[in-house]
Amino acid sequence: MSGIEVADLCKRWGAVAAVDNVNFEVKPGTLTVLLGPSGCGKSTTLRLIAGLDSASAGAIRIGGRDVTHAPPAQRGISMVFQSYALFPHLTVEENIIFGLRVRRVSVDERNRRLKKASELLGLGALLQRKPSQLSGGQQQRVALGRAIVAEAPVCLMDEPLSNLDAQLRHDMRKEIRSIQQRLGMTMVYVTHDQIEAMSIADQVVLMRGGVVEQKAMPPELYSRPATTFAARFIGTPPMNLVALSNGTGGAVVRGTDGPPLIEGPGDGLLLGLRPEELRVGASGTLAAEILAVEYHGADSILECRVGDQTLMVRVDGVLRNQIGEKVWLSWADGAAHVFDEKSSRRVDHRPIALGARSEDNRVLHSVS
Amino acid sequence: MSKLSRLQSQATPWLLLLPAAVLLATFTHIPAVTTFINSFYTTPRGARPARFVGVEQYQSMLADPVFLAALKNNAIYALGTVPLAIGLSLLMAIIVNSSIRGRALLRMSFFLPTVLPMIAVANIWLFFYTPGYGLFDQILANFGFSSTNWLGSPNTALPSLMLLGIWKEAGFFMIFYLAALQQISPSLAEAAALEGASRWYYFRRIVFPLLMPTTLFVLVNALINSFRLIDHVIVMTRGGPDNASTLLLYYIYNTAFRFWDTAYASALTMVLLAALAAFSFIQFGILDRKVHYK
Ligand SMILES: Nc1ncnc2c1ncn2[C@@H]1O[C@H](COP(=O)(O)OP(=O)(O)OP(=O)(O)O)[C@@H](O)[C@H]1O
Ligand SMILES: [Mg+2]
Repeated sequence: MSGIEVADLCKRWGAVAAVDNVNFEVKPGTLTVLLGPSGCGKSTTLRLIAGLDSASAGAIRIGGRDVTHAPPAQRGISMVFQSYALFPHLTVEENIIFGLRVRRVSVDERNRRLKKASELLGLGALLQRKPSQLSGGQQQRVALGRAIVAEAPVCLMDEPLSNLDAQLRHDMRKEIRSIQQRLGMTMVYVTHDQIEAMSIADQVVLMRGGVVEQKAMPPELYSRPATTFAARFIGTPPMNLVALSNGTGGAVVRGTDGPPLIEGPGDGLLLGLRPEELRVGASGTLAAEILAVEYHGADSILECRVGDQTLMVRVDGVLRNQIGEKVWLSWADGAAHVFDEKSSRRVDHRPIALGARSEDNRVLHSVS
Repeated sequence: MSKLSRLQSQATPWLLLLPAAVLLATFTHIPAVTTFINSFYTTPRGARPARFVGVEQYQSMLADPVFLAALKNNAIYALGTVPLAIGLSLLMAIIVNSSIRGRALLRMSFFLPTVLPMIAVANIWLFFYTPGYGLFDQILANFGFSSTNWLGSPNTALPSLMLLGIWKEAGFFMIFYLAALQQISPSLAEAAALEGASRWYYFRRIVFPLLMPTTLFVLVNALINSFRLIDHVIVMTRGGPDNASTLLLYYIYNTAFRFWDTAYASALTMVLLAALAAFSFIQFGILDRKVHYK
């Protein structure tokens, strides 16, 4: 089994740096997701690992061997392309064993691997079809099959599910994860879908503008975002970032006269509160006014004004509160994050024990 | 719907088609049918009107040494130029489709022969072939060859025409191959490279099969073009020397408009038409079903 090390990797197209000093390590047999918004350099990073583009600087090691300048075929990798890259004139079977033919793997061995892969992926009945006679999900499985029969220790995937509908995405994502774990593959998986990333990754490398914002395991990425970007990229709706200012006894939400929420001065700091961790009640910490309610089925999103700022709050079920009603917002100890406004980095803080809260929800009638 | 309005709605499309149909009939279908009919008569001369002779015109072809020479020349021309022009056009398309520097210039220079008027092209090549101080002789003189009468000797006249034909057709077919190559997703090449396929293996197993529909199209068109060729012959050799470079259409043209044997020319035309129809049939009837992968 071989892991991947990416060290100080750079890729420049003319003046723009698509990948700028990227470092991360993928432990053998684990799945790392490269996550980020469109154009952040995920595909470029993956293509550099695959050897389809050459690095401007930095090094790539696979299984401890420096492969920075090795041709793609000598890196011990397989890859699933976003467009699947199936050969349109070859049957499913020929597509899957294409690489085995190239490498002159014996017929017995070829058939054994083909059988194993087609059973794993449920392709048995489709082997003699051409790619154009398959649905998107089936094509995706063929592409996956081609990667599996290679039995390469490392598998790279570039947004393999982006062409599929929501249900199929969900099923395929579970399937990919289980195949990866069963075969013990080392996998790098590119996506811009944070839910996909959080649900299958052992490690998430969050990128923005060619640089790594944060690399962490999914729970840590959610509970301790390192930057405001990471804080807002993970979770829907995104984390509320509320400006703080100096107040008496500690930092207060800007535009209010208290209560103090964290010790010390508040100017230049942002308070991060996830919508799902806020509670609405008849009493609480922050006085708020409901501006709008958006009903989503299992939950509703409230838009509330606190001081001169707007916060999103997620509540279960249907909320019967009226627009314009005054409510109180509260949250659990430790649910608040604090960021420096200028550097956008996370800063340590000491919360002030929040005032007595009442769980009396007389104004809140939720029907869930 | 009333009977009248139904009639009207059926008549409208036919009325819309009428102008095109009239033009086609006047200039294509009626002449073709007339030619077919004429080929069974003798040529009317002076006081002697045309007389029905059945397939006599066709029989006399078999004994006509010039016709047989033209047929043979045309077969040689087609067999010699078509594969080479196709191979060359594919090669040029691959070159200009790669990421080499100056490919826009290359593309243009490869395509140039196609946009130049045929007569102008033939005139330029007439100069290339001039014995003694033409381009070819000047180059060959450096290697110690003496001057050759390229267009004037029976051994080299037809090959000289063929060379010009290849040069001209290849540039045109390159455009089709280039379009087809650009349809092939670059990720196919990347996928093949990841599997360790050499460039030749990738070409043989992936690119070439994917180009098959284009190759077929180009093949049939090249064949048809080679049997329709006349302008090069008129400008460069006039079929000579001693019919060494006479091609079918040129022979038909001579028979009809220089010897005024219109009936025999009609019969020759029918033979040519039959050959062209057979080529199109090969494309649309037989091969089409085999090469499409969809
Ligand atoms: N061949 C190229 N030439 C010039 N710039 C390029 C090239 N390929 C990518 N880029 C630039 O590099 C940056 C990163 O591109 P990349 O394809 O890695 O983005 P991505 O994160 O995969 O985005 P997406 O989610 O949209 O696929 C982009 O700004 C893009 O414009
Ligand atoms: Mg991408």
